[in-house]
Amino acid sequence: MARPGNRGLVLQLGGLAVGMFAFGFLLVPLYDAMCRITGLGGRTNAVSATIATTQEVSERLVTVEFVTVLNEQAPWEFRPTVSSIQVRPGQLYDTAFFARNLTDGMLVGSAVPSVAPGKAAKYFIKTQCFCFTQQNFIAGEGRDMGVQFMVDPALPEFIDRITLSYTFFVNRPATAQLISGPTAGSTT
Amino acid sequence: MSTQNHDQVHDHPGHSHEEHHGPAKGLTRWLFTTNHKDIGTLYLLFALVMLFVGGAMAMVIRLELFQPGLQFVNPDFYNQMTTMHALIMIFGMIMPAFVGFANWMIPLMIGAPDMALPRLNNWSFWILPFAVGILLSTLFMDGGGPAGGWTLYPPLSLQAGNGFPFTIFAIHLLGMSSILGSINIIVTIMNMRAPGMSLLKMPLFVWTWLITAYLLIAAMPVLAGGVTMLLTDQFFGTTFFQAAGGGDPVLFQHIFWFFGHPEVYIIILPAFGIVSQIIPTFSRKPLFGYAAMVYATASIGFLSFIVWAHHMFTVGMPLAGEMFFMLSTMLIAIPTAVKVFNWTATMWRGSLTFETPMLFALAFLFLFTIGGFSGLMLAIAPADFQYHDTYFVVAHFHYVLVPGALFGAIAGAYFWLPKWTGHRYDEPLGKIHFWLSAISVNVTFFPQHFLGLAGMPRRIPDYATQFADWNMVSSIGAFGFGLSQVLFAFIVFKTIRGGAKATAEVWDQAEGLEWTVPSPAPYHTFDEAPVVK
Repeated sequence: MARPGNRGLVLQLGGLAVGMFAFGFLLVPLYDAMCRITGLGGRTNAVSATIATTQEVSERLVTVEFVTVLNEQAPWEFRPTVSSIQVRPGQLYDTAFFARNLTDGMLVGSAVPSVAPGKAAKYFIKTQCFCFTQQNFIAGEGRDMGVQFMVDPALPEFIDRITLSYTFFVNRPATAQLISGPTAGSTT
Repeated sequence: MSTQNHDQVHDHPGHSHEEHHGPAKGLTRWLFTTNHKDIGTLYLLFALVMLFVGGAMAMVIRLELFQPGLQFVNPDFYNQMTTMHALIMIFGMIMPAFVGFANWMIPLMIGAPDMALPRLNNWSFWILPFAVGILLSTLFMDGGGPAGGWTLYPPLSLQAGNGFPFTIFAIHLLGMSSILGSINIIVTIMNMRAPGMSLLKMPLFVWTWLITAYLLIAAMPVLAGGVTMLLTDQFFGTTFFQAAGGGDPVLFQHIFWFFGHPEVYIIILPAFGIVSQIIPTFSRKPLFGYAAMVYATASIGFLSFIVWAHHMFTVGMPLAGEMFFMLSTMLIAIPTAVKVFNWTATMWRGSLTFETPMLFALAFLFLFTIGGFSGLMLAIAPADFQYHDTYFVVAHFHYVLVPGALFGAIAGAYFWLPKWTGHRYDEPLGKIHFWLSAISVNVTFFPQHFLGLAGMPRRIPDYATQFADWNMVSSIGAFGFGLSQVLFAFIVFKTIRGGAKATAEVWDQAEGLEWTVPSPAPYHTFDEAPVVK
């Protein structure tokens, strides 16, 4: 049945299929890298950034707005403490978001930030953020969670308004771990 | 099925070829067969059955949309119908139909005795009924079948019941079936051509399938990867698409459409091939611009991999991304226009006759082009924000899939039925079937353009009363189209059972190796390779 050449071609084509299956998974880090480089989807830095202390402060004024998002049935109260501030690029600012656990059990929250417009994302630098770590809440607990950020003076001229949005999720695996073993995790 | 009586003629004692035997008897013939004609027949009959399964779902959809308000089914079941209709029609009907054509016709067209890997061929087919069985069984599970749309976007697709993992496994199996089938087709075309049949002498149907098979091998595994990630997100705690864990649901859309756009051409290219066989035959002229057709097909295949994000203009891409995907999408219009031009030029000053296959091919040419034009409208990124997820999109892709791919398949069925069965189909009935189909398909889908431009969203069981009139027209057209296909099934079975004897050539001055073997094609053909000059 098998003529010369069939086996080699079948192996090549099978290899192509396996390779494309792997490529599907390779798209995950590729997409991640694309988002980090281009700020696609408003992706900002996920770990604390360090900035030079001798940062030059620009004279421009940029409005930074704060927005919170809760998906359906998320058991939180969640809002920014101030809705917007005027900032000078190059200077550090502090603000806070308030969250309350509306359940009568412990919850671990994870906040996912997003910046709009997407082009501003890489100029929005967070040095401290409650989104860098898990947030543990006991039943009914409510508290402010801080963010420290700076807008890079290199921000393009045409952007004069940046929106920082947080979506607050229940981190279910971490919550389960916290309930089963109280040693894990610490409140920030 | 057609070969039974004919084999007695060939199976005479003293025949020198040991393998020159007839088919086995009974059910095991079909279970264990490695004969390309048997497997082709299985694929085609399976596709015909699925046409009615998926069609029944379409009828449920159009029945519910006949009037505003909720009359017949609840919204959740309606959503299962739209999702399953798409999955069944794409993976269960149109793709198996074209694989069936490939199995039957490619060895006959290139002068090969069979497919290169006959046992694999048996396996590719027999995976299918089980995969589709698993998919259909989800309708009877807790939480019902998949209801988040055939695109399976998370997080919606993850909010499914017990049927979810079965849907994913069914997609894996369907993908495996078509990948194995494609490997077989490529190996056959590359290694089994008759002496003298160089690549650029192959009939265009063989060419379009060669490129389709490569697209399948490159695209289906990416879908398999994507749905595997859905599965692990749901059951094994990964967060590929869950923002809470650092994933991104938009990533799934990229993975899905990286598969999904080549898939569009996987569905349409074999239809291009069939039409490229039919139009020259009934024009009694060789195909105009054969080489241009081959290169156009290849460039469509290549371009199909770099345009995927035009399905997701509204997710919030950077301007440069929108521009790239808009322009690359419009680029596809060029090779497609080359094809439409060449089909038209083939008919120029030809001695045209209008038998049923030609009528379906002409309807394909005209109506597929309408679908192509609405595709160009959708490719314009700023305009797409208006059309996105409306019935305009539904009208667009049904124009390219129904009077496009499906009419291509029906045309091919009429064209080769005499070769398969040895009988001529009933020409007057075929023409009635054509006119009923061609009219009702337009009554069904043309008004959906108006509905979409007026703002009616897709995937809804109920709608504002302003959309009532055109929906009623569309539903009436759909019922007519559904009934017309019952006539098609009747004609096919009538032709299998009997009819006027077909000659080997079947059609006046038909060109190609498949017309040099008797009708019906004997169980074994080209034991000795023909010489192609």
